[in-house]
Amino acid sequence: MKIQSRQMLEDFRAESLKKLNCQSKQILVCGGSGCVAGGSLKIYDKFRELMERKGIKVDVILQDHVDHGDAVGLKKSGCHGFCEIGPLVRIEPAGLLYIKCKVEDCEEIIEESILGDNVIDRLVYHDNGRSYSRQEDIPFYKQQTRVALTNCGRIDAESIEEYIAVGGYSALSKALFDMSPDDIINEVTESGLRGRGGAGFPTGKKWAQVAAHKDAPVKYIVCNGDEGDPGAFMDCSVMEGNPHKMIEGIIIAAIACGSTEGYIYVRAEYPLAVLRLQKAIEDAEAYGILGDDILGSGKSFNLQICKGAGAFVCGEGTAMQESIEGKRGMPRTKPPRSVDKGLFDAPTSLNNVETFANVPDIINKGAKWYSSIGTEGNSGTKVFSLAGNIKNTGLIEVPMGTTLREIVFNIGGGVKSGNFKAVQIGGPAGCCLTEDHLDLPLDFDSTKKIGAIIGSGGLVVMGDDTCMVEIARFFMSFSTNESCGKCTTCREGIPKIQEILERITHGTGELEDIDMLQELSAVVKTCSLCGLGKNATNPVVSTLKYFKDEYIAHVKDKKCPAGVCRSLCTMWIDPIKCIGCTKCARNCPVGAITGQLRKPHTIDVEKCIKCRECKVGCPKHAIKEV
Amino acid sequence: MTKVDFKLIDSILEKYGCDKSKIIPIMQEIQAEYKFLPEAALMYVADKIGETYAELYGVATFYKDFSLNEKGKYVIKVCNGTACHVRKSDDVQEALYEITGMKPGDYISADGLFTIERVACLGACGLAPVCTVNGVVHPQMTPDKMRALIMDLREAERS
Ligand SMILES: Cc1cc2nc3c(=O)[nH]c(=O)nc-3n(C[C@H](O)[C@H](O)[C@H](O)COP(=O)(O)O)c2cc1C
Ligand code: SF4
Ligand code: SF4
Ligand code: FES
Repeated sequence: MKIQSRQMLEDFRAESLKKLNCQSKQILVCGGSGCVAGGSLKIYDKFRELMERKGIKVDVILQDHVDHGDAVGLKKSGCHGFCEIGPLVRIEPAGLLYIKCKVEDCEEIIEESILGDNVIDRLVYHDNGRSYSRQEDIPFYKQQTRVALTNCGRIDAESIEEYIAVGGYSALSKALFDMSPDDIINEVTESGLRGRGGAGFPTGKKWAQVAAHKDAPVKYIVCNGDEGDPGAFMDCSVMEGNPHKMIEGIIIAAIACGSTEGYIYVRAEYPLAVLRLQKAIEDAEAYGILGDDILGSGKSFNLQICKGAGAFVCGEGTAMQESIEGKRGMPRTKPPRSVDKGLFDAPTSLNNVETFANVPDIINKGAKWYSSIGTEGNSGTKVFSLAGNIKNTGLIEVPMGTTLREIVFNIGGGVKSGNFKAVQIGGPAGCCLTEDHLDLPLDFDSTKKIGAIIGSGGLVVMGDDTCMVEIARFFMSFSTNESCGKCTTCREGIPKIQEILERITHGTGELEDIDMLQELSAVVKTCSLCGLGKNATNPVVSTLKYFKDEYIAHVKDKKCPAGVCRSLCTMWIDPIKCIGCTKCARNCPVGAITGQLRKPHTIDVEKCIKCRECKVGCPKHAIKEV
Repeated sequence: MTKVDFKLIDSILEKYGCDKSKIIPIMQEIQAEYKFLPEAALMYVADKIGETYAELYGVATFYKDFSLNEKGKYVIKVCNGTACHVRKSDDVQEALYEITGMKPGDYISADGLFTIERVACLGACGLAPVCTVNGVVHPQMTPDKMRALIMDLREAERS
């Protein structure tokens, strides 16, 4: 069925909503990458099988609901963000959230919470002696403000009908029928929306520059879903969990810019996102929301997916365009800028997934509303992914300008083991922030002031078991692998820096090496073309700035304070903790451990080859690296 | 040597209308079929779309997902993204090398079963460290779980 007018869209919405409301209860099984890995699809199948066996009427696909009678909706939702405690199952309308669900729990959930109205206490989230049955009450969620992620986890991620039922594509129809392209651009400009891909470029301005090419035969919209920052997964969850919201944003951009062709570039490591987007595009085409004569407006826009092939640098705008054109993804020199001469030499607006996902709400609720969230000049919210050594890993969305302390300690629950040491922000090209920065408001401008970047919003928390020199080495090895090779400084300089860092972590570094690191980093920064080379050395510069003592300890004292760099550590058994079980002595491949039964054991450091077999096996965690 | 089915390549080429800008999806489909890019297939494609083999080779070697070498039956990708790295993915990787008897730089294990790849972030950072075996995600890995996983796969092969 093609929706050919605004009225038809509203009728269809009313009808879908009516069907949705017939679902007296709904089971939303999280279908995000994290929970799928934990086995959520098996749970979904089990629910379906059980309910069919029990003769409960199940709506798997909203459109198939026919007689407007009572039914239980069963759906795969998008990511809830709290991946650590998955697989997650949400029960509506009560808003219950069951965590760490297993196939064996399904029967009880149906009996208690679907057929009955009870809460199964053992499956709800517990913290500090309190149990939280409703998702919204959990501290992790309570302190968030959701815009880009609204409905992620609340509706069926694969259903365009549900998206429409909860108000989807109303912003598109407003943009098409009530606004001129200039109006759209003005609204977005006034909202203060800045690109969420890293650079924070004003989105309205970019669109205006593309729209200004009035006579161009073709213009492109490209959605950047490459999300290369390792440790960041927010775009993934938008693409998987609420693909239509992003697509709606893309179509609005196309109308504003006068573009008729678009691409979504998704990285190859996100197969589930590709599938969901593919289905979303097909569904939108079938309803006349994509393709020719969108909603009967006479405007047309075609959207296709382009799958990446594993090159981080393709996240850079011009490299992405090369890649879509079927070439090696190497950045181009600017000018010309993409807005003038981008993909296939046509004016192109390239924006990030999250940027697009914010657009429908800006159109619907207005620029004033949007700019009331966040800080001056940094309006709206930002999705951050919390990972690493932190209690509550997952995705969070907070107003721009929320402090690091609130994010890491209040929402994230603090570090998981040991003490807080640093947060890497902005991915491999980002910086580390320390305890001193905990009260820094996270927005584009405040982070810039201290020489850091928000980047795409990846936060990796590190405790005192992380060696900052080793982390710098790790990021350099990442950038060495990902450099496209065009610029000499980036291609040759980063591996040199990596070499020096390797020397230091192996205990053969010298004091001059530290100066050399500074110098080389500065050269690579100034002489490289694209953001990869320009920022690749940030981790070195920032760890040198905040953790110089660790470098010195490696170079001068030949010690790794965090106990990570193997060449610099010796294995040691804590005589107080050791119970003398003899397990380590048996595990040691070179017979370096001796001791009597039930007496503390000792390690002969001369014999020890630092294989760590003893440490892994010790039941008392008595073996340490010092 | 893998035998290349040129009819199949033709059908892929037809789908993309022999379009030069579609080289990447064309190669992706070929790789989906053979798990790597056989030289004969690339030569054939180059011919059909009017590009040099060097050009295609250049594209194929630029992107890490493409492989010009045959892969094992089980392709194991160990994530070494930041989140996995700080949760000690190196130990998992090391255990994997040890139990498969492989070393960095090997394309395929001696028994032809395994190929090990190191990737940066699989998008499941909440469950770090993770790995995938032929696309199936295994969360919260440890060296022991890795060893058990390989044993299970070997066992499955034997029976
Ligand atoms: C090496 C490199 C990698 C990048 N990776 C991404 C990415 O994965 N996702 C993204 O949205 N932007 C990425 N960017 C930023 C893009 O170049 C571009 O600024 C952004 O997609 C524009 O969208 P926005 O205006 O909505 O932020 C990257 C930039 C560089 C230099
Ligand atoms: S800075 Fe590095 S990645 Fe960027 S264009 Fe130069 S060589 Fe390529
Ligand atoms: S395994 Fe641990 S507890 Fe047992 S003897 Fe060794 S150090 Fe002591
Ligand atoms: S860093 Fe390993 S899945 Fe993201």
